[in-house]
Amino acid sequence: MSVSPAIQARPLPAQAESDLEALQAQIWHWLDQIADPEIPAISVVDLGIVRAVQLQHDPAQQMHCTVVITPTYSGCPAMGVIAADIVSTLQQHGVAQVSVRTQLAPAWNTDWMSEKGRRNLNHYGIAPPAQQVIDIGGISPQRHAAPKVPCPHCGSTQTVCVSQFGSTSCKALYQCKDCREPFDYFKAH
Amino acid sequence: MTSKTDYVRRLGDNVLVLSQRLSEWCGKGPALEEDMALINVSLDLIGQARLWLSYAGELEGQGRGEDQLAFLRDAHQFHNLLLVELPNGSYADTLARQFLFDVWHYFLLQGLCQSDDARIVEIAQKCLKEVTYHVRRSTDLVVRLGDGTEESHRRMQAAIDDLWMYTGELFTPDALDTAMQQQGLAPALDELQQKWQQHVTEVLQMATLRIPAAGLWMQSGGKQGRHTEHLGYLLAEMQFLQRSYPGAAW
Repeated sequence: MSVSPAIQARPLPAQAESDLEALQAQIWHWLDQIADPEIPAISVVDLGIVRAVQLQHDPAQQMHCTVVITPTYSGCPAMGVIAADIVSTLQQHGVAQVSVRTQLAPAWNTDWMSEKGRRNLNHYGIAPPAQQVIDIGGISPQRHAAPKVPCPHCGSTQTVCVSQFGSTSCKALYQCKDCREPFDYFKAH
Repeated sequence: MTSKTDYVRRLGDNVLVLSQRLSEWCGKGPALEEDMALINVSLDLIGQARLWLSYAGELEGQGRGEDQLAFLRDAHQFHNLLLVELPNGSYADTLARQFLFDVWHYFLLQGLCQSDDARIVEIAQKCLKEVTYHVRRSTDLVVRLGDGTEESHRRMQAAIDDLWMYTGELFTPDALDTAMQQQGLAPALDELQQKWQQHVTEVLQMATLRIPAAGLWMQSGGKQGRHTEHLGYLLAEMQFLQRSYPGAAW
């Protein structure tokens, strides 16, 4: 799904410029309440998926809101749900017409994740990305060392990567050698 | 078959068919972690196939979307490499195929990031990040199994030997490849081959595996729609729903 159909709800009255800015900030706030469907501890804004909120009046003074999102992984099944959640959430708050536009470039990366998002992930038991985004500049026959990831449960850095792929595209599986608990690691991407 | 539409559709066909093959491992992997890893790779590839095939449908301009292109074409209309349609075989066969493909895929996407077509660049940049993980993993596993036990070494060597004749097609340009390169849309396959050869050779050496001799006879035909018997069975399963219940949606 790349574009959701505009939803016909009650139109907002025409707004002055300053009101538009306030509304835009309000919409970002509402979007920040939308949880990632796979990882409810983090909002779609904290995840860095929402790239822009565009507000426009058409000639009939109807307000159009376009939310630009960027996919995390190409095959992530959560993207469709996220787009639908954005439309329904804004509609519930009375935004008349909402459409969601998917933008590929620049490609999403985990440096766009907010500090709040990283803290929430760690608190939830998922270690946040521990290094800069993946280096796509070259490949080597040598084994790629897994990043050192502190355990989100006990904080120990004595952890080991069990699998480079986990329960969703964005995660790897780790285990802590001190508290022995397994945990998910949100891969740097 | 010399248009950008054909080329972009072919890019989609490769990842769609390999994704479908890998998905057959779901729930049957030799270990939970391996199962999840293969299915994650499969998921990345189906997502990439959607990006390419959607674009191919737009370029074609006949109202066909990703779904029509995936589910309503017959085997001879698919132009994927033979390598990706081969049966999964043993786990060594699957990993060897993945390794040979991933290295090619990685360098191809790097080349496509320099394409003169902005949309191709956008898609290639997105895919390249995912494929970097794929190639790291398959490289690692070929070394571990090749330089592992006697049994894992034997199986990995047999898999490389069996699959080798399907690697010629990766680098033999046809009219479409040549046209795309001349138009600045796709990389030159001989340069791609050098990079592939270097990485594959180094990895196989590290894995204590024998590199098949140069100049062996190579199989071809996939890029022209002449496939092994295996593709038809794969499509029969993948397309069953849309063939039996045309237009079904949920």
